[in-house]
Amino acid sequence: MLSRTADGLYWLARYMERAENIARIVMVGHRMSSMARSLENPGNEWHSTLLAAGCEEGFFAKHAEAAAPLVVEYLVRDSDNPSSIATCLETARRNARAVRTALTVDMWDALNETWYQARSGNRFAVAPESLPVLLEWVRERSLLFNGAYANTMLRNDAFYFTRLGTFVERADNTARILDVKYHVLLPRHEGVGGALDYYHWQAILRSVSALRSYHWVYQERLKPWLVAELLLLRPEMPRSLLSCYEQIVRQLELLEGAYGGKRGECHRIAGELHARLRFGRIQDIFQSGLHEFLTEFIERAVILGNEISALYLL
Amino acid sequence: MVSRPAAETRDAAAAFDEMAASENCQARYELIRRWIEETPAEALSLKRREAELLFRRIGITFAVYTEGGDPERLIPFDIIPRVLDAEEWALLSRGLKQRVRALNDFIRDVYHGRQILRAGLVPPDLVLHNEGFRPEMQDFAPAQGVYTHVAGIDIVRLGARDFCVLEDNCRTPSGVSYMLENREAMMRLFPELFARHHIAPVSHYPEELLDTLKSVAPQQCAGEPRVVLLTPGSYNSAYYEHSFLADEMGIELVEGVDLFVDENIVYMRTTEGPKRVDVIYRRIDDDYVDPLTFRPDAVLGTPGLFNAYRAGNVTLANGVGAGIADDKSIYPYVPAMIRFYLGEEPILSNVRTFRCGQPEELAYVLDHLDELVVKETRGSGGYGMLIGPQATREELDLFRAKLRAAPGDYIAQPTLALSTCPTFVESGLAPRHVDLRPFVLSGKEIRIVPGGLTRVALRDGSLVVNSSQGGGTKDTWVLES
Repeated sequence: MLSRTADGLYWLARYMERAENIARIVMVGHRMSSMARSLENPGNEWHSTLLAAGCEEGFFAKHAEAAAPLVVEYLVRDSDNPSSIATCLETARRNARAVRTALTVDMWDALNETWYQARSGNRFAVAPESLPVLLEWVRERSLLFNGAYANTMLRNDAFYFTRLGTFVERADNTARILDVKYHVLLPRHEGVGGALDYYHWQAILRSVSALRSYHWVYQERLKPWLVAELLLLRPEMPRSLLSCYEQIVRQLELLEGAYGGKRGECHRIAGELHARLRFGRIQDIFQSGLHEFLTEFIERAVILGNEISALYLL
Repeated sequence: MVSRPAAETRDAAAAFDEMAASENCQARYELIRRWIEETPAEALSLKRREAELLFRRIGITFAVYTEGGDPERLIPFDIIPRVLDAEEWALLSRGLKQRVRALNDFIRDVYHGRQILRAGLVPPDLVLHNEGFRPEMQDFAPAQGVYTHVAGIDIVRLGARDFCVLEDNCRTPSGVSYMLENREAMMRLFPELFARHHIAPVSHYPEELLDTLKSVAPQQCAGEPRVVLLTPGSYNSAYYEHSFLADEMGIELVEGVDLFVDENIVYMRTTEGPKRVDVIYRRIDDDYVDPLTFRPDAVLGTPGLFNAYRAGNVTLANGVGAGIADDKSIYPYVPAMIRFYLGEEPILSNVRTFRCGQPEELAYVLDHLDELVVKETRGSGGYGMLIGPQATREELDLFRAKLRAAPGDYIAQPTLALSTCPTFVESGLAPRHVDLRPFVLSGKEIRIVPGGLTRVALRDGSLVVNSSQGGGTKDTWVLES
């Protein structure tokens, strides 16, 4: 396969995943901010939303204050923001078009129709009250794309690169959400357990579609360390870091098999990160600091991405 | 896709009506007539709306064609097919093969001994000072001696047996994806019509193209040749067609940056390391193929590609320099080429053409400017042309001045009464003017998939089949005898 094709597949999957993740993050921000007001919380939800989306720097280069409409505008439709939902859909489509022949018809339809709908009828010029409808639509389109490629692609290197993109992006997103929200919440509320915290934890879990899962796995009321464990270390949780890294390692192994045993530094790093999650314990992670753990993880993931590029995509 | 008005006439009624005329001579349109009569008007309208929906779906992929402009603009598709019978097709097919053989012979001759110039049949200046002429190709013999691997020959019909060639396209002709998609749409919309009649299939075109490309692999290529399609990229207006064809052939769609040349051997960059490439079906112009040989500022091609080609390590299709054969100033000499190289009489005639570089022909053109179509020899895409009967006085005067200043840059042709086919328009069915572009494949042998791209002028009386001016396309049926 052409390196450019592999690159295109990897990035289009990353951008579709990112569009969905940003939609989820904005949805949480939306929900939290409405709660914050009612509970007389000073509320810096929109600031932490920016942090979670990894868009803080770009936002403050443009705006002075994290006011709700500005943050929503920046994350949802600002074309200056490379990670806004609108830009992600545009970039995914552009990548898809450049590697058109590597896509199945269903994948192309999903991507193209998404892009087409996004452009037509001012879908992105919505009033605040219809924001949830827009975010829901983004989530649906991303799920449609994921379903289309999972169900129609040949199981060959093209599929492995696409999946690799999805899970590298998803791992990054889960790590960020956990880091930012945990960081923001925990220091101010030593005694976790108030109603506000409860709703905040709920919102975080919702953002990764894990609220129900939490109850199924733990059958307990929400506890911060269990939320962290669920999102980091539980293999049955599809957006946990462990699940993502299981997939990343698996796709890299499949590529290794497809390319006659050729391995690189990316295989080693992915294996190492996976082992940490696979055999790590949540109490040990808390002992040495969750924030430190996640920060290092996010940094290592960036290096992993670079090594994947160096081995396959350039 | 091509966008060139064919010609214009003041009297469309004089045109050959392919369906009405068949009443006397052939029964080939009988099935269409019966189908239209049998089908209630509402049902036809329904089918027409269905076609629009279907094309919107397929058409979403067509729509990317105008990305940047209006993403919704599709090329209109007319559900009434154009029908040619086996006999007509046999005539066309023979004529096309003959013409393409001669064009290819001409290109080979131009880059070798130039017999035809020495014989005084084509003026040397016209060839050697032509923009399409590539001196870099001198004495180079491409695999199998083929230059025009894919040729699109534009045909207009003026009478029952009177098919004329309006233009040859020997560089990178496009439009074949419409031929394939139109048929696909018709088969989905009207399966019963296909069950009832024997219509020659066209869907094997990609396979024929791939066979053709493989048959011109470099001689030293051992094993199965690796064929790729080289595109200028996703911003090119024909990108949809490039990706469609690569997909149908199962070959890689590459851009210039995906290729590199080492020791005159061409490789593509893959996830498994470099892979050697043997045949490149390139859809980029000569000028952009290789910045080391041609335009140094060209970023679309690959440095060193031309040398690898000349070293015989890779085949470029179409061959570099093939444009010398489809230049408008060369066109009047094609019948002479057929006689010179093949010793045969042309089966398909040319449209009468005035070479404005010749003083007496120029005088005629200046006298009859309001009846003629004047084309710039170097122009394409309908630019730089005058349609006399439609022109204003100012336009005529402007062209008169242009013709006097540089007569050699222009040719002129009479306005043609293009044949008409029944077509769905606002008011129902009405005759509309059509042309035809069949695609001729040349490898070890010459093959033509029976059919082509029929373009139709949707506006009443218009002879302009060009899509930017309200032109549409139709499925083209060749009946099997």
